[in-house]
Amino acid sequence: MILKLGSDSGVPDVVVPLRHPWTWAASGMAVLIAAAVAVSVATNPAFQWPVVAKYLFDAQILGGLLRTLELTVVAMAMGLVLGTVLAIMRLSANPLLSTLSWLYIWFFRSVPVLVQLIFWYNFGALYPTLVLRVPFGPELYHASMNAVITPLTAALAGLGLAQAAYTAEVIRAGIASVAHGQTRAAKALGMRPATIFVRIVFPQAMRVIIPPVGNEVISMVKSVIALSDLLYTAQLIYARTYETIPLLIVASLWYLAIVSVLSAGQHVLERRYRQR
Amino acid sequence: MQEAEPMVRIRGLVKRFAGREVLSGIDLDVPAGSVMCIIGPSGSGKSTLLSCINHLERIDGGRLWVGGELVGYREYKGRLYELPERQIAGMRQKVGMVFQHFNLFPHMTALQNIIEAPIRVKGEPAATAKRRAMALVERGGLAAKHASFPAQLSGGEQQRVAIARALAMEPQLMLFDEPTSALDPELVGEVLAVMKDLARSGMTMVVVTHELAFAREVGDELTFMDAGLVVERGRPRDVLAAPQEARTRDFLSRVL
Repeated sequence: MILKLGSDSGVPDVVVPLRHPWTWAASGMAVLIAAAVAVSVATNPAFQWPVVAKYLFDAQILGGLLRTLELTVVAMAMGLVLGTVLAIMRLSANPLLSTLSWLYIWFFRSVPVLVQLIFWYNFGALYPTLVLRVPFGPELYHASMNAVITPLTAALAGLGLAQAAYTAEVIRAGIASVAHGQTRAAKALGMRPATIFVRIVFPQAMRVIIPPVGNEVISMVKSVIALSDLLYTAQLIYARTYETIPLLIVASLWYLAIVSVLSAGQHVLERRYRQR
Repeated sequence: MQEAEPMVRIRGLVKRFAGREVLSGIDLDVPAGSVMCIIGPSGSGKSTLLSCINHLERIDGGRLWVGGELVGYREYKGRLYELPERQIAGMRQKVGMVFQHFNLFPHMTALQNIIEAPIRVKGEPAATAKRRAMALVERGGLAAKHASFPAQLSGGEQQRVAIARALAMEPQLMLFDEPTSALDPELVGEVLAVMKDLARSGMTMVVVTHELAFAREVGDELTFMDAGLVVERGRPRDVLAAPQEARTRDFLSRVL
């Protein structure tokens, strides 16, 4: 008798998936190494975990954390709003607007952010007083520049203005990624330019914009500036107590927490705007 | 006796892209309630002509009227003044357009695609827009698909949604830019059926197409274009059966 293969023989086919023994071996190895590292970190007294616990919710550290969040939220909001305006100007058919936007982006991406920050800190040395007046008319407002530009506002201006230049390029790329036919279809329906941008182009651009802007926000959280933010506060404390490693761990734990929340937020936004 | 104003009147239309002339003086009338089919080889300018009718492309010479209104310009003392985008948008509401690649909004469901312009452009209440949209969806045989996103629909379904989207603005004129060229052969029929239905309802239509059978059956007039010019026009049956021009004969012998 000839043995027939397949369903013709009345015996159901059994599909045996390809086995991957080396994946299993490598996974086992990785778990072992991870466990060894975890045990070592947990039990090594040099990490001074009690000190970490002591400072984790320290008022000074929490103050620094708050300042970091404040800086990130305000500077990023500035960057997004101004960046969107710059991106729209850049794509405008008006040569004056697009050139202005190009110049802004060129300048603020070229000069190091640290230099920009120092410039804003020292703005009072260049213009000691701030005066608002009607041209050739009476004075409306007069103040010392140092009273207007505090270290915090200087940091916000420096970070926000520089961020706008980077964000503008991301948003421009996002807008450019939307198929031209979308604008044509929207125009053909009688939509006006503002409606087309808000309802048709921008929601589709978001898909491309969100991941790089997520990166920008996360790197903004950790931008190093000499202000009483999270990392700086930790450094102030260990300069006094010499508990360097535990305090850096404290700061890192908080950064991990912030970035985890931000990543989750990014994930939610990406789902909201995903292409179906 | 004064002749009735045609829905579309085109005189001496010239269009250039980067100095290259793609339309070299087109004269064409489309009477209200009629179906005009335009055929011709690729690059003959027929799709550009369609885009000029609703001013998606700016014209470089000649004049073009839709419903008796000059498109894209205001004439004053012998000069043409370009209109601002918002006024052109107002005129485009009266002209529906269907594209070769559907151009549905991918971030919206079929129903949302249809109600978007009535709500945002005409300020129609959402409930009314939805009710009308559902009627259009049913007429297109898509009632079960109204909540689907474009990517979940077949090409034929997408094009039928696109037609419903254009009709939701209650246009006086419908432009079709090769509506079946991007479809798998077995899906062409369902889209043509919707278009035939529309033609029977008395809609004025300008259809750029390669479907000669459709042109013969539904078209009131057939225009053959080549190299930016109208070469021949007439009743579809006559043009297809007995073309007068050598270029028409040549084109038809290659497509038939």
